[in-house]
Amino acid sequence: MRRGFPTPGPLSGSLAALVALTLVAAGCGSGAKGSGKDITIGLITKTDTNPFFVKMKEGAEKEAKAKGVKLMTAAGRFDGDNASQVTAMENMTAAGVKGILIVPSDTKAIVPSLAKARAKGIDVIALDTPPDPQSAADALFATNNLTAGTLIGRYAKSVESGKPVKIAMLDLNPGITVGVLRHNGFLQGYGIKDGDPSIVCTQYTAGDQAKGQTAMENCLQKDPGINLVYTINEPAALGAYTALKAAGRTGSTMIVSIDGGCTGVKAVQAGQIAATAQQYPLKMAAQGVDSIVAWAHGGKKASGYTDTGVNLITAKPQAGLESKDVGFGLANCWG
Amino acid sequence: MPETTSTETSGPAVADRAGRGRDVPATVARFAAVPTVGPLAALLLACLFFSLNTDRFLTGGNLSLVVQQVMEVGTLAVGQTIVILTAGIDLSNGAVMAFGTIVMTRLAVGGHVPAPLAIVIGVVVCAAFGAVNGGLVTMARLPAFIVTLGTLNIAFALTHIYSHEQTVTGLPKALTALGQTFPLGNTDVTYGSVVMLALFAVAWYVLRFTAAGRHVYAVGDNPEAARLTGISNRRLLITVYTIAGAVYGLAGLLLVGRTTVGDPQAGQTDNLDSITAVVLGGVSLFGGRGSIVGVLFGALIVGVIRNGLQLMGVAAVYQVLITGILVILAVGVDRLARRRRM
Repeated sequence: MRRGFPTPGPLSGSLAALVALTLVAAGCGSGAKGSGKDITIGLITKTDTNPFFVKMKEGAEKEAKAKGVKLMTAAGRFDGDNASQVTAMENMTAAGVKGILIVPSDTKAIVPSLAKARAKGIDVIALDTPPDPQSAADALFATNNLTAGTLIGRYAKSVESGKPVKIAMLDLNPGITVGVLRHNGFLQGYGIKDGDPSIVCTQYTAGDQAKGQTAMENCLQKDPGINLVYTINEPAALGAYTALKAAGRTGSTMIVSIDGGCTGVKAVQAGQIAATAQQYPLKMAAQGVDSIVAWAHGGKKASGYTDTGVNLITAKPQAGLESKDVGFGLANCWG
Repeated sequence: MPETTSTETSGPAVADRAGRGRDVPATVARFAAVPTVGPLAALLLACLFFSLNTDRFLTGGNLSLVVQQVMEVGTLAVGQTIVILTAGIDLSNGAVMAFGTIVMTRLAVGGHVPAPLAIVIGVVVCAAFGAVNGGLVTMARLPAFIVTLGTLNIAFALTHIYSHEQTVTGLPKALTALGQTFPLGNTDVTYGSVVMLALFAVAWYVLRFTAAGRHVYAVGDNPEAARLTGISNRRLLITVYTIAGAVYGLAGLLLVGRTTVGDPQAGQTDNLDSITAVVLGGVSLFGGRGSIVGVLFGALIVGVIRNGLQLMGVAAVYQVLITGILVILAVGVDRLARRRRM
């Protein structure tokens, strides 16, 4: 055994012991197996800290308990942390999970790992964010982000109707699908296209409050007359609000946003954000768990895209636009 | 003496394996002072704990998986170790590695460069970054912490500029070859794992048995004394940083093999992860003391805990918590061992 190790000279005893241990384990390892009866499901989110994913985890945990299955969770350490998600997929596969629910941090980079897990017979369902290509997962349970953007775009158009607008767009990051879909949805809903002269400022915020504030400050430097702000999510919206407040522009500027987190809905209640499109992470996770359990019990494997719904939340509803009030938003918010 | 002899470590190691420390010798203090004993004991304890708590842990396939999962950070830790042994530090390694992977993958996919040549260019770019680090540390006499903080940001930015924030997919086989497996008994072993273990073996041999390796310890322990014995500190440091850079390039190739993509977001926490492995491995951050074998154990400890907790169904965040506690313990033990010797 030791002779096979590519080391010149005498081998350190401790290293030899480790190699020996590994080889011994390799030799006798085939006997271990799970009971086969209990179903385990894995949930991998982008991070552990974002309240959206905390809610998602909560939804999965509740549903797993209700269905009497075991849930295993893992997350990356930062948004975009593909390596940690790959590691988690491998470990869950080794743990013998029946299915994996995953929110891909890097939609392209995760694809080979999804394929590996599916090749081992694991049901892989993407939540919130589709992998690229979407067919890399068995199914997708997510908000329609284009619809979400359209809802707030239409709302803004309806409020501002006829008045001259100067729009600031506080986007996510370049090249990230969710951000692009929301951005395009807003434009569609508002009835304009990229490059329209009413868009006076476009900045990336990474969906972060501090960066949202900086972005808004810079936009106001560029054009102090901005009166409509599209934000990728509520943290960015609150950052923008702080900047607008410092500039004394809150009264004349409307902020619209997407997400429906509890902090965000409270900001709608307080009038800081005019309207937000609320999505439902709890539902995504619960439906994902249900679908894997159903398949494990001999049902059909979920496929394609399932829209988990989105609602416009505002304290000032517009005629002709379907919306839910703040009470509904708070009852269904996350975070 | 900064290094241990092999006979000293094999005693308790074999005892742990066979009888779980049944006949631990009375000279515990002597063994505690040997830098590889602590990490090995921690690793074996972790393995024992997980073997008892989940029947899926102690299988060949799973242990092979753990080694495969640490091959990237483990390889980075080899470069980090030789830098730290000279009393330096390298914060740039993860970012440099990421830049190397983007260079390799983009050249090979869109740049019409044959894959083997693209790999060589990627490794050379990483080595060049190392040379810049070493040059600034020696010629400009800047602290390694500051220099590598600078190159960390430069490499990070270049990665994102050159990649256009796009993940590179559809890689040629040569780039992903090290992520493939070969059967060993009834276990699939990743080629990259073997490359990492071979690299540790080479580093161990060089650091222990060659004049250059001893000089690394000497410069880290007491640069002035090293200079007086005729060692060119400047040349040695530049060489060390450059080799470390090339090793980061190799780590990048392993990462690409493992994930089969060129990922501009990769490696963002790898600098601290590699330092963690080095510290858990019992290498002194003040330079001149520690064994590369301990670093391998340090890297494996992190991987084993992550994997084991996941198999037990414990959320991965607890792995971070436990790693933090272990780091402080490791430094504490180092401190104690040092005081006892004085």
